[in-house]
Amino acid sequence: MGSNRLRGKFDELSKKNEHALICYVVAGYPDVTTTEDIISSLVISGADIIEIGIPFSDPIADGSVIQEASHRALLCGITPDKCLRISQNIRSKFPDLPILIMTYSNILLKSGFRNFMTRSNLSGVDGFILPDLAIEESCCYIEQATKLGLATVFLASPNTPENRLKVIVNKCSGFVYVVSVYGITGMRKSFENYTVDAIKNIKHVAGSKIPVAVGFGISNASHIRFMVDAGADAVIIGSAIVEKIKSNPNKEKMLLELRSYIVSLKNACK
Amino acid sequence: MRIDYPIDGRFGKYGGKYIPETLVPAVEELESAYKRYKNDPEFQDELSYYLTNYAGRPTPLYFAKNLSEYVGGARIYLKREDLLHGGAHKTNNTLGQGLLAKRMGKKRIIAETGAGQHGVGTAMASAVLGLNAEIYMGAKDAERQKLNVFRMQLLGSKVHEVMSGSQTLKDAINEALRDWITNLQKTYYLIGSVVGPHPYPMMVRDFQSIIGQEIIQQTREISNTLPNVVVACVGGGSNAIGTFFPFVDHSEVLLYGVEAGGQGIHTGKHSATLSAGSQGILHGMLTYLLQDEFGQIVETHSISAGLDYPGVGPEHALLKDLKRAKYVECVDDDAINAFLVLSKLEGIIPALEPSHAVAYAMKLAKHMNRSENIVVTLSGRGDKDVEVVSEYLRMKEKKEK
Repeated sequence: MGSNRLRGKFDELSKKNEHALICYVVAGYPDVTTTEDIISSLVISGADIIEIGIPFSDPIADGSVIQEASHRALLCGITPDKCLRISQNIRSKFPDLPILIMTYSNILLKSGFRNFMTRSNLSGVDGFILPDLAIEESCCYIEQATKLGLATVFLASPNTPENRLKVIVNKCSGFVYVVSVYGITGMRKSFENYTVDAIKNIKHVAGSKIPVAVGFGISNASHIRFMVDAGADAVIIGSAIVEKIKSNPNKEKMLLELRSYIVSLKNACK
Repeated sequence: MRIDYPIDGRFGKYGGKYIPETLVPAVEELESAYKRYKNDPEFQDELSYYLTNYAGRPTPLYFAKNLSEYVGGARIYLKREDLLHGGAHKTNNTLGQGLLAKRMGKKRIIAETGAGQHGVGTAMASAVLGLNAEIYMGAKDAERQKLNVFRMQLLGSKVHEVMSGSQTLKDAINEALRDWITNLQKTYYLIGSVVGPHPYPMMVRDFQSIIGQEIIQQTREISNTLPNVVVACVGGGSNAIGTFFPFVDHSEVLLYGVEAGGQGIHTGKHSATLSAGSQGILHGMLTYLLQDEFGQIVETHSISAGLDYPGVGPEHALLKDLKRAKYVECVDDDAINAFLVLSKLEGIIPALEPSHAVAYAMKLAKHMNRSENIVVTLSGRGDKDVEVVSEYLRMKEKKEK
């Protein structure tokens, strides 16, 4: 059961007094085999949870780095089924690793929420993050997730009012995904105080019911300390990883660099 | 048939708010502001002042006598939105939303544009209302509509060329949405068609419904009846829904929405979303989309940049399912032919978008009685398209040689 694997991971980490490092990759970028090698490297170097991004042609919540990687992956023929096969291969390698799919609603809707989520479940997926699915539109998705025991992760933003936060928290079974800033995905130099307020506020609403993870713009150890000090249970790294993959055409060198990068990030989570 | 939509932001099952969480409060703020001003007499008076004195409403309903005789059938009337200030129906909406933005205290306006008409409309409304506009336009569209890029700049707006994706209207909307997410506190997103998350499809429809309301009044004055058939082109669908909406209850009036058949639906190079698409989620709404088997949005084609969009307003999706409106397509060749015929016979150079509607109306009129009336919404004028048409004719001549 997907949500159990996630819960197990968060319990295990909290016993060790550690925070979770969640890593995002664009499936099929630069190619399918390399994506699997990248995920393995991330996990071996300390990633606690993996988000497999299924590329979508119109990713409105993503900045240029993930947009370009998605576009390239699509041009090279990535399909949702190939992404699920990646998940299946990773699952057989890492039986306890929580694996989430991050993608846009239309990918699920096209094959039908039930069909797609059932197939995902069989491919070792533990849950979903759908950045364009507002809670108002989520009833059929939640129904299927509950039936299949898959984790739901909804996003909360610095401008989400408290009464709405309560509803969002209740609909999340994996964790709450706090968007750190007003904006789209992509690296940032620094964060402002409103991010701290947002994390504190959401943490207050979530209480001990569900972990709170922060994402968007995070790329280094000091960012991680900033989020963790504000109360985050987990941090999500996306564009920074994709950028490292992009800027390093030599695969072996790229994997090596990723490993030391993830080790340094994981250290900041301890 | 009495349609009282949307209910909870949905037209039947279509529409909704499929948006990132950050946008939810912004969209809710917009909805409550719109509800407040929609029935506010002062707001409506100001809008009507600008529509009349600045934009030139009402636009004429012109009996195209020469065209009707040439076709030999029903009497064809043209609703002359091409005479509206800005050269297209877009101004109805940009003035409405511009005034709303002002009342909401948002001075920074962003907008997307395909053919450039909505960009120009936004730039004009922003200039006259004292707002600052930034317009996103796909690089490919900016290339084929250079004149409109320059017009927007002349009117004081900044134009951002969008290099991502297919570099057309859908990518311009993606980029405008990303801008909105990033700068939402000070920014008003002025969407140009009946697309996007609720309340946009409803609000833009309301601002454009003046087209259909005037048609009803004008046909009653002319012939004391309603038209038998009403025709409009459909890209996102704003001029069509503005034309259709006041007629929806009059079930005796047949409604035809004409989509861009491009090089023919069988070639895959078209923008006929309702005729050839399937249900999906894009730009905040559930509607018909042109997509592949995996749910990726595909590239569309049309000779007219304004119809080159893989989605369509959710209210059209509902009208299609209810069979209240019929959606058909017209290929590039036929649209060009109508463009030429109308220019020569009536001295009116239509935009390529409504040329699709004119072409289909000519087909319909031929099989109708001389006592019957067809109204075609001529949603814009064709100055912007003369280069595209001349290039098209040159290529055609070359092929024939």
